[in-house]
Amino acid sequence: MNDSRGDIVYRMARPETLKIVHLDSFTAVFHRASGITHLVTSPVPEILAALGEAGMTRADLMARLSVDYVLGDAEEGSLDARLEELVATGLVAVA
Amino acid sequence: MRHVFQVRIGPIGFRIGSDWRAPIAQLETLYAAYPKPEDGVPDFTVRLFAARPWRRVVRPAVMIGGDYILPEAAPLPLAQGLLAAEMGMNLQMALGQRHFLLLHAAVVERDGKALVLTGVSGAGKSTLAALLSLRGWRLMGDEFALLDPATGLLHAFPRLVSLKNASVATVAAEVPADRLGPMLEGTPKGTIRHLVPDAAALAAMDAPARPALILFPSFGYDSATRDVAQSEVFVRLTQASTNYVAMGERGFDALTALVQGVPARAIDYPDTDSAIALVEAAWAAR
Amino acid sequence: MGRALDGWLLAQALRDPGGTVALGADEWTALLAIGRAEQMIGTLAWRLNGIDVPPSVARILADARASAEQGRVAALWEAEVARRVLAPLGVRMVLLKGTAFVAAGLQAGRGRSIGDLDILVPRAALDAVEAALLEAGWEWVKPDPYDDAYYRQWMHELPPLIHRDRDRMIDVHHTILPLTARITPDAGALLADAVELKPGLWALSPNDMLVHAAAHLFADGDLAGGMRNLWDVHCLVAEFGADGLAGRAAQHGLSHEVARALRLAAALYGEGARLTPVDRLYLYRLTARDGWGRAMRPITRMAFYIRSHWLRMPPAMLARHLWTKWRKGGAGPASG
Repeated sequence: MNDSRGDIVYRMARPETLKIVHLDSFTAVFHRASGITHLVTSPVPEILAALGEAGMTRADLMARLSVDYVLGDAEEGSLDARLEELVATGLVAVA
Repeated sequence: MRHVFQVRIGPIGFRIGSDWRAPIAQLETLYAAYPKPEDGVPDFTVRLFAARPWRRVVRPAVMIGGDYILPEAAPLPLAQGLLAAEMGMNLQMALGQRHFLLLHAAVVERDGKALVLTGVSGAGKSTLAALLSLRGWRLMGDEFALLDPATGLLHAFPRLVSLKNASVATVAAEVPADRLGPMLEGTPKGTIRHLVPDAAALAAMDAPARPALILFPSFGYDSATRDVAQSEVFVRLTQASTNYVAMGERGFDALTALVQGVPARAIDYPDTDSAIALVEAAWAAR
Repeated sequence: MGRALDGWLLAQALRDPGGTVALGADEWTALLAIGRAEQMIGTLAWRLNGIDVPPSVARILADARASAEQGRVAALWEAEVARRVLAPLGVRMVLLKGTAFVAAGLQAGRGRSIGDLDILVPRAALDAVEAALLEAGWEWVKPDPYDDAYYRQWMHELPPLIHRDRDRMIDVHHTILPLTARITPDAGALLADAVELKPGLWALSPNDMLVHAAAHLFADGDLAGGMRNLWDVHCLVAEFGADGLAGRAAQHGLSHEVARALRLAAALYGEGARLTPVDRLYLYRLTARDGWGRAMRPITRMAFYIRSHWLRMPPAMLARHLWTKWRKGGAGPASG
């Protein structure tokens, strides 16, 4: 794991910028700042819910998610990838 | 523009100008029972024009222009001028409509509730809508469903129904000749004939309806019905909408509400009789 | 009715919104068509906001405002993504045109329709900027070797790029006029005197925005979109005044163009101006729309199209460029 990322706090973009609607297995997210609609599935809604407004570091996020889900290396790798995508699209902000 | 025609179809007014008399004459005949634009100010302008002055007369080719255009669109022969006008109106809606969320779908209504028939071109939506309108359903439209984000209601947009190839004969067998437009052969989509909506559809043109069932029809398979999950409906409807992105948050709200509030089924059918039966069954079971 | 149904109808409505109470149905119809054709329906809708108009017109204008608002959101997001991508390069990214107006909250941005993201960067940073954008998901729009070579050598911008996911174009400029034009603005000064709107997001100084609008209008096009450009000029002058503008224009070698832009903007949208015969010709060309939104007056248009290319290229090069393009079955002034 890259230590220089240990202090970064990830948080869900401010609630007024996201509109989240759950549709069976997928979740539709409207990102107000961009006008883009994202259709996301597990683990993205879980990541967004866990990060919430207060935000947490990557380590805390993994810990929080592992309470409800089994996280092996493969899962951690894909969570990292999802987290990066979420930052790139603006659904997650970094402090 | 030497020749002009104005018409209101549901909540949308159009102005159509033409370098030739013939398409305008056809529009005047087929849309004779329709009202004019509200306040005399149409929402959109369509122009049927000759690319070069001599093309008005020599091998006349109709270019489609208007408020919104596709720059590389190919012209149509003058004999298909009526089709050009219809395509021009479709284009204005597809590119310029910003009040209603547009879904590429046929809509029919019964008892104040709307049935939405959506799916790819060629799946038979127009044919089904036409046949249902002859079997007790009110035709609200065969090309675009107009969803009002503020109310969740569908507004009727009953243009001439576009019948293609085999379905021309199927429907023509059931309607009087004065409800049919000219036979247009050799168009980009084969043979087309337009059907004028019946008097009931026109009389109720301004009455919206609450959507109650979404169907995805597929022609050419054994009869079958299956449920469609909300997320699949959402994705397929965004693909079927030309203005979802431009509508921004209103579009998102309208579509998520529709998808969450209205059941959706996919129906496969080998022929039109089976189709009608499946539609009625799905409606009864909704 | 007697009122001319051309670009002046739009200009008058923008200058005096209350005066539209006198318009009949046919004139409203023409006004809306001309407004759309000039890409100014959103601007018109904001100018008429609150004015008593027929119900159908009110609906159409309300939709135009909503549409412009969505366009604004999308444009600002595009700028934000570009900012994030280019921030690591430490390059000053200066927004141009519509995106700059809305980012800075200017009058000129109110109701504006925005298509592409236009940015200005130092010429020395072009390669790095190009690489960063390609890495981040932008792609070339048209891979045509002739155009590409022409672009890179002579134009004031990179060949157009489009983002593969968002489907939005970005135009990266390094100066505000093509290198082959007779006039060479001071690109360094444009960048040096830019104003920081928020960290990493810059815009030209007000005087430079005016100079750019004038340059864009006269030297960089065939006057297409001219009514909108002059509305930008009108709004910028109203908001910032014209102190120091003449001097700045001279610095960029665009004194005549800026002076003409001010006169034309005043004639169309303001208190009027003393016009030269050439000014009148420009106005004749700029207002060349009919009640159907069609571009009229083809002879003037053709003359301006050729002239605008002449400004971009020396005549010998122009002949070769036009011949090659026509051989490939492309260009020629738009008709209809």
